[in-house]
This record gives sequence, structure tokens and C-alpha cells, in this order.
Amino acid sequence: MAGSDIVFLLFAAITIGSAALVVFSKRITYAAFALMFSLFGVAGLYVFLSADFLAAAQVIIYVGGILVLLLFGALLTVKVSSVTVTTKSTQRIWGTITGIGLLVLVLLIIIRADWFVPEKDPGDIYFAQSWQIGRQLMTEYLLPFEIASILLLAALIGAMFMIRSEDK
Amino acid sequence: MITQVITLDSFLIIGAALFILGILAVLTKRNAISVLMGIELILNAANINFVAFTFFRSYEIHGVLIALFIFVIGVSEAAVALAIVLNIYRNMQTVNLDEVDSLKK
Repeated sequence: MAGSDIVFLLFAAITIGSAALVVFSKRITYAAFALMFSLFGVAGLYVFLSADFLAAAQVIIYVGGILVLLLFGALLTVKVSSVTVTTKSTQRIWGTITGIGLLVLVLLIIIRADWFVPEKDPGDIYFAQSWQIGRQLMTEYLLPFEIASILLLAALIGAMFMIRSEDK
Repeated sequence: MITQVITLDSFLIIGAALFILGILAVLTKRNAISVLMGIELILNAANINFVAFTFFRSYEIHGVLIALFIFVIGVSEAAVALAIVLNIYRNMQTVNLDEVDSLKK
């Protein structure tokens, strides 16, 4: 087993273990910090797929943006009097049944599907370099790019409109 | 870098595990913020699958670009959903999803 295999398995264990902590931990602040480690693990997996731009974006956007937002939300929606912020779960039985069923289904699909295999193994020649991403965004993906900017603007205005206080 | 361990299947299995954990969080959590965390896990699972298929099965980088757009959608979703959750808290003094049932009464 090469050294890269060990590092890969480490990142995979961090990702899945922290995600399990997010689901099964009792306190929401612990869940938020476990989510941070899980997102870092996903960024490491992106590096293994030689998508380093995506890894950097993952750390900046998810860990720096969304996670802080969620943590603020968790702390803002808590009564100060309640010391521990517990996240009890409901419908544990049905949720577990659905989860296990979906897991079996997805694993069956992964094992039995016969994926398209190109003649030459592309893994060695492929590199998602930043200039390629920029060029694709400005040519082939120009329309989705503009739609994404409109979506971001709409989300910004909508969130600000919803959150303002009613009394002037 | 492709070895015996780092294959397409291992990435797909990681993605499947993340997806199932996200589904579990969405289905069983009471706190709305925890449900949002589950949604983020699901989006990350989809992203891993896109990038893995691009790396192992394609000469183009379309999966990486789709993953970037999924980032954008995740950011917008988090902002708007958090605004909704804060509004629910302001109106009902709780974010537990089984107590927000005024439409059922």
C-alpha cells in the first residue's frame, strides 16, 4: 500500500466519520464543528481528484462562509436560558429504515452498473487547471454563469428582505 | 494518481455514505439548523460524484464546472433558508420542526 493510499483513506475516514458526528451528536455546536472537519475532508478528496481550484473554493466558500452562517444561525435561535442546545431526533425508526434502504440501493447501483470506460485512462492526462475553468466559464458556460450571478443577486436581496424588522 | 485503493468505486462509496448521512440528518433531526447541515452534506456528496466521474471517465472538465455551480446554489440556499429559519424563530420562538405546525391546527 503506497503512501498516497494511506493519506486517501485518512481523508475518507475524516470525511465520513465527521459526517456521522454531524448526524449523531447531541449538541448543535459540536455538530457544526464536525461539519467543518467533514468539509475539510471533502476538500482533501478534491485534491486527490486533481481539482485543486475546487479544493480551495471549498475551503473558502463552505468552511469560511456557509459554516459560519450556520453557526450564527444556531447560536441566534437559542434561548439564552437553555444551557445546552440539544438536537434531539424524531422518527428515528422510519429514518433509519429509509436510510439503510437507500444505502443498499445506491451500493447496488454502484456495484452493478457498468460505467462507460474510455479507451485511454484519462486520469493521467487530466488536470482541472484554473485557466481551463476560466476559459470554459467565459465561453461554453457563459449562460449558466450569468444565471448563477442573477441567482446570487436574487438570494441576497431576498434574504435581506425577509430578515429586516417590520417596525421602522 | 490512480492506485489499487484510489479508484472510481471508492469515491462513489464515499459519496454514497455522505449522501445517506445527509438524508438521515434531514429525516430525523428536529432542529432546523441541523436539517440545513444535512442538506450541505447531500450537496457535497453530489459534488464528489461529479468530480470523480470527471477525473476517471472524461477528457473534459465539465464536472468541475458543474461542481462550481453547485457551490453557488448551496450558498444561495443557505442564505435564504437561514433567513426563513430566523423569521420562524422570531414568530414562534422555536426552530424545532415538529413544533412549527400552525398550518395543521
